[in-house]
Amino acid sequence: MKHTLIALMEDKPGVLNRVSSLFYRRNYNIESLSVGHSEIPGISRMTIVLEGEDRIVEQVVKQLSKLINVTHVLDVSDKPTVVRELALIKVKAASRTRSEIAELVRIFRARIVDVGATSLTIEITGPEDRVNSLVGLLRPFGIEEMARTGRVVMVRSGENDDGNNGKVYSSQTAMPQSVPLMAQEVPM
Amino acid sequence: MKLTGAQVVWESLVREGVETVFGVPGGAVLPLYHALAEYPLHHVLVRHEQAAAHAADGYARATGKVGVCIATSGPGATNLVTGLATAYMDSSPVVAFTGQVPSPVIGTDAFQEVHITGITLPITKHNYLVTHAQELPTVIKEAFYIARTGRPGPVLIDISKDAQIAEIEYAYPDEVHLPGYRLPASDFSPQIQAAARMLNEAQRPVIIAGHGVILSGTEDRLVELAEKGHIPVVVTLLGIGAMPDEHPLCLGMGGMHGQGHANMALSEADLILSLGSRFDDRFTGPPSTFAPRARIIHVDVDPAEIGKNVPADLAVVGDLKDVLPALTPLVEARDRSAWLSCIREWREESAQLDILAQETDDLIPQYVVRQIWHATQGNAIMVSDVGQNQMWEAQYFVHRRRRGLISSGGLGTMGFALPAAIGAQIGCRGERVWVIAGDGGFQMNIQELATVVQEQVPLKIAILNNGYLGMVRQWQEFFFERRYSGSRLSGPDFAQVARAYGIPGLTIREKSEVVPAIAQAMASDGPMLLDFHIVPEENVYPMVAPGSAIHNMIRHPGTVRGGKEE
Repeated sequence: MKHTLIALMEDKPGVLNRVSSLFYRRNYNIESLSVGHSEIPGISRMTIVLEGEDRIVEQVVKQLSKLINVTHVLDVSDKPTVVRELALIKVKAASRTRSEIAELVRIFRARIVDVGATSLTIEITGPEDRVNSLVGLLRPFGIEEMARTGRVVMVRSGENDDGNNGKVYSSQTAMPQSVPLMAQEVPM
Repeated sequence: MKLTGAQVVWESLVREGVETVFGVPGGAVLPLYHALAEYPLHHVLVRHEQAAAHAADGYARATGKVGVCIATSGPGATNLVTGLATAYMDSSPVVAFTGQVPSPVIGTDAFQEVHITGITLPITKHNYLVTHAQELPTVIKEAFYIARTGRPGPVLIDISKDAQIAEIEYAYPDEVHLPGYRLPASDFSPQIQAAARMLNEAQRPVIIAGHGVILSGTEDRLVELAEKGHIPVVVTLLGIGAMPDEHPLCLGMGGMHGQGHANMALSEADLILSLGSRFDDRFTGPPSTFAPRARIIHVDVDPAEIGKNVPADLAVVGDLKDVLPALTPLVEARDRSAWLSCIREWREESAQLDILAQETDDLIPQYVVRQIWHATQGNAIMVSDVGQNQMWEAQYFVHRRRRGLISSGGLGTMGFALPAAIGAQIGCRGERVWVIAGDGGFQMNIQELATVVQEQVPLKIAILNNGYLGMVRQWQEFFFERRYSGSRLSGPDFAQVARAYGIPGLTIREKSEVVPAIAQAMASDGPMLLDFHIVPEENVYPMVAPGSAIHNMIRHPGTVRGGKEE
């Protein structure tokens, strides 16, 4: 199944390299990865989407947690979340197709952010499948260029088990004793 | 106090209790070497930086302290790589220092520049690039803390030349602040209670003792637990020495070349308690075939080991120093005589199938190792290389001493033994240290004989010389149609080579010469090299073919009526 992980890490040179080389070294297949500032100065926040068996994902969480510069890792796959992705799409637009494209943009609540003689640049923000739908509909017009950010994710307010007002990373995921075991329950 | 970056390094090392460093100087560490003379540290000059890393590793494994090595930038740094990978795979606490080109030219492909923090990313527990001298005290404090705590491992510190020269006001921190580095909790009573209950219910329990027992110094605790519950113990290669081999509950090593009775016990067990082992493929065989009747309790300080190779029915993440004292009181003395007598029968079978139970005049390696054991009575630090020699040492030396076997387990690094033994001997000056190596691996770091002489290290070196890369040849014999491609090996006259370096050397060609030669080595105060010309095509038995379950063992054809079994 598809898993979404959030990792917080120190914003230092080489840390992104440590994380990405870990994925390569351990043969984990990452679908999407995005990183940027968090609300804490000096701490970056990474959203990782990967497809894999639970056993593999559990290993990813544990191996990530072992990196000294990674302060927290959380698997939010089972939690209610807000998921967004941003895409910039430059699509061919002749005068006769322009209005048709503009109509699609309106329906998808996207925006036209740049207009050229032969093309339009569209910005869309939304869940991944909505972005995919628009991309699919724009493809027949001819997509000249596309840039997508990958997913960013936030757990919905008030939905946290720990009641921490949406701050998912206060969870102690990386603490060894709370690492979910693949093991069966011990018969008592 | 005002210190240069170079002085900061040595001052901090002294404060960490370091006494010895292994290294080779070069352009990018000249400031470090210049300042070294001012500090009470013994620098061991090795002949190749790989040996510096292995020696630091051997020192760490023999003493339990952090081993330290140093190399210059570029090729000096890359030469450390095999040694660091070896230490990383075997969880050995090592701190490595490398010089880096001056920070203004980093990234310009300057002379002897290499991106060593990038190169060593996957083979160190952590690493640092330091370009400002004021970062050094904190970095060094953290490096030692990370190297020796939790699951130990190597840490590399790369220091640019300008950072070695710059002057700072020195203060060494008292503690570290590492928000992303957590040690396991010591409160795990629910798991401990569950583990005790499972142990108490088990009819046929087996303990697997891994390197973690030795790293945590819980050998006595292990014996206490085994004796209290009447639980037999199988050790891994790196777990050898966790329990004296002579202990009636110790079944010896399990795995691909494990004792037959140890593998049978694992295969028939209804419960396995693994203490500080990582279920390496050479130990388990295919995970789906491993211990098919057993529930598994996995105790490890590293949570990432749980469920990595073999699924656990119960996991306890913690330091054995905390786990064992909590567990043993809850374990009940149970009558397991039926299980133990079953194991006794397997053990008798192993004894009958032992090549040493047969009459032979051939100079066989098993006999050599057994005679070294007789001569030392097990009171020696054995340092083995990799391959057949390593397995014969593990099988035929009866280990008694704590930290009494040093070997490259996970990475299987040929050439490890000689430099690691130098480190072990320097860490344990009064002890008897033996090197057991093959003629292949010995030639991979033979240059360190010069270090042996310069440092006056009284190593006793036994080469089991069969003129082959023996384990490769054995696999080719068994699984590749006896096509000995690339495994036939010529070598020098090792005794003459030793003498050229200034070390007495003997060549032993007859079985009758073995005991006198070992006695001569034992009687000498200095180093000595013994070159044993063994039967060229002797194999290591039992052997579990790759892909087979570990109870499917190929036995020694010289001991089995009707040839190979199973």
